[in-house]
Amino acid sequence: MQRKPILISLAIATMISIASTAYLLWPRSEWSQDEITTLRGLWIGSLPTLAPDPSNRVGDDPRAAAFGQKLFFDTRLSSNGQVACATCHLPSKEFQDGKPLGQGVGTTTRRTMPIAGTAYSPWLFWDGRKDSQWAQALGPLESPVEHGGSRTQYAHLIDQQYRAEYQAIFGPLPDLSDATRFPAQAGPVADRSAHAAWDGMAPADQDAVTRIYANMGKAIAAYERTIMPSPSRFDRYVEALLKSDMPAMRAALSPDEVAGLRLFVGKAQCINCHNGPLFTNNDFHNTGVPAAPGLSEDTGRAQGVRQVLADEFNCLSQYSDAAPEDCGELRFAKSDDHALERQFKPPSLRNVAERAPYMHAGQFASLREVLEHYNRAPAAPTGHSELKPLNLSEQELGQLEAFLRSLSAEAQAAATTCLSCHPETNMHQAAR
Amino acid sequence: MSTLITTAAQTIARPRRRMLRWIAGIAGGIVLVIVALFGFMLFRMSYVPADLDLATTRLSNAGVYQVSYEPRRGPIVINQIHAWTIHVATADGQPVTDAAITVDGDMPQHGHGLPTRPEVTKNLGNGDYLVEGMKFQMGGWWVVDFTIDAAGKQDTVRFNMILK
Repeated sequence: MQRKPILISLAIATMISIASTAYLLWPRSEWSQDEITTLRGLWIGSLPTLAPDPSNRVGDDPRAAAFGQKLFFDTRLSSNGQVACATCHLPSKEFQDGKPLGQGVGTTTRRTMPIAGTAYSPWLFWDGRKDSQWAQALGPLESPVEHGGSRTQYAHLIDQQYRAEYQAIFGPLPDLSDATRFPAQAGPVADRSAHAAWDGMAPADQDAVTRIYANMGKAIAAYERTIMPSPSRFDRYVEALLKSDMPAMRAALSPDEVAGLRLFVGKAQCINCHNGPLFTNNDFHNTGVPAAPGLSEDTGRAQGVRQVLADEFNCLSQYSDAAPEDCGELRFAKSDDHALERQFKPPSLRNVAERAPYMHAGQFASLREVLEHYNRAPAAPTGHSELKPLNLSEQELGQLEAFLRSLSAEAQAAATTCLSCHPETNMHQAAR
Repeated sequence: MSTLITTAAQTIARPRRRMLRWIAGIAGGIVLVIVALFGFMLFRMSYVPADLDLATTRLSNAGVYQVSYEPRRGPIVINQIHAWTIHVATADGQPVTDAAITVDGDMPQHGHGLPTRPEVTKNLGNGDYLVEGMKFQMGGWWVVDFTIDAAGKQDTVRFNMILK
């Protein structure tokens, strides 16, 4: 009986402790000023006006965008007449293909990346082996497993099919009619005869062809620059939050999605790499993603940075329109760090739920598998993983997944002047 | 008799003891609540030192140089490559105009560094130097170290910053 007071007060104290902890942990709709700043940073409204690409002087020319859009859907830009950029970058699928590995004339070793918002990225591809959208567009065209063609093939196609459009934007085309000087198939490609034909060309003729080739990339980039993400439910939530409009906040995201958002910017630390209005810092990270079975070892950024520094179409190259001072990312790129081993670029998380499978070789089939990977934080196959185990519960993983699903909203290309460019029709026509 | 006395003493002492027990119990409860809250706060906090010096002018580790930095395009925005101007002076404020300087940066809580390799690309005179290629790829606690070598004296200065 004498112990009763102690027991009662202990019970009260325990209840207060539980209640206050529950209060602090409970999913709240209020956000601190710091958190609001963070959320505003993720909001699509924080996306700055796209700065011109100094390496592409036609990047913001609508004629170039219209021309580039036609090229993007033209299956004649391939060795078998069946592969266009849009074969893997399907507008109906967020400009990707939903396959673990890209399928052109052959099979690639990486997952097709989405395009929306990549105009903001200083690095392209999973390993950043290109430093502009236009240089990126030129890689697959000469890849033996993607478009499989060669640059003289493409130059002849431009000369024969797109002469007026090309010349209106880039000036006169050289005379390519001499078939000995300009073979039908020639380029620095894997195909031996095309490569030998290229080596046999005069340097000035090689340069003339390469200039046409680079301009094709610049036109495609002018089109790709217009492909941007659209506002999602998450953006409507932040917009409502900034106006303190509680009903609109509740209408935009469910309590579970809000709880997931809180984890995203807090305990789960997703925001470390998936920051900014595109939910990516466009940098490179080793997150211990398992090796894809059947593929040779992939060193990611370690190899990619060497490639971009040596790339014939990089920002400092003769085909770039940029002055050296505009090429800071390339000039100060980190190339000598062992941490680059098996680093890959975090893709934008906008529309991520519509883009299974995940990771650079489609290693994970579902968002849940991705989240479980980050929760476990296994050691990297090579190099050093930056992850630490997150200790998230099943419920928390579910909340995070719910939040990621709120980032869906179809990516759209701004209306360009190419009204006749209906993707599917165009591809069928070209394929025929 | 002795039993009677004891009973009387107990009757007097009992209410006081009971009160003491109540006080001890409540005090214990409050302590428990405070400990629980404090533990929770610690759990919520990151491991950034509380007394972190965020000054943009600092003395180098061995006190040889006084160094200041200034981002050239206003406040630092994450994921944007940008340049800094740094000013190097001796401890007593005389500009150091012929220093060889190297730059490095790090996130102590993450075990990774800058996404770039910044460099001092120009001696602007009067102790000012241009640092190009600065970039930070995430918010949080960053440190940037400048190792300064002039007239045979080498010393490193460390700047801390919390980026959002």
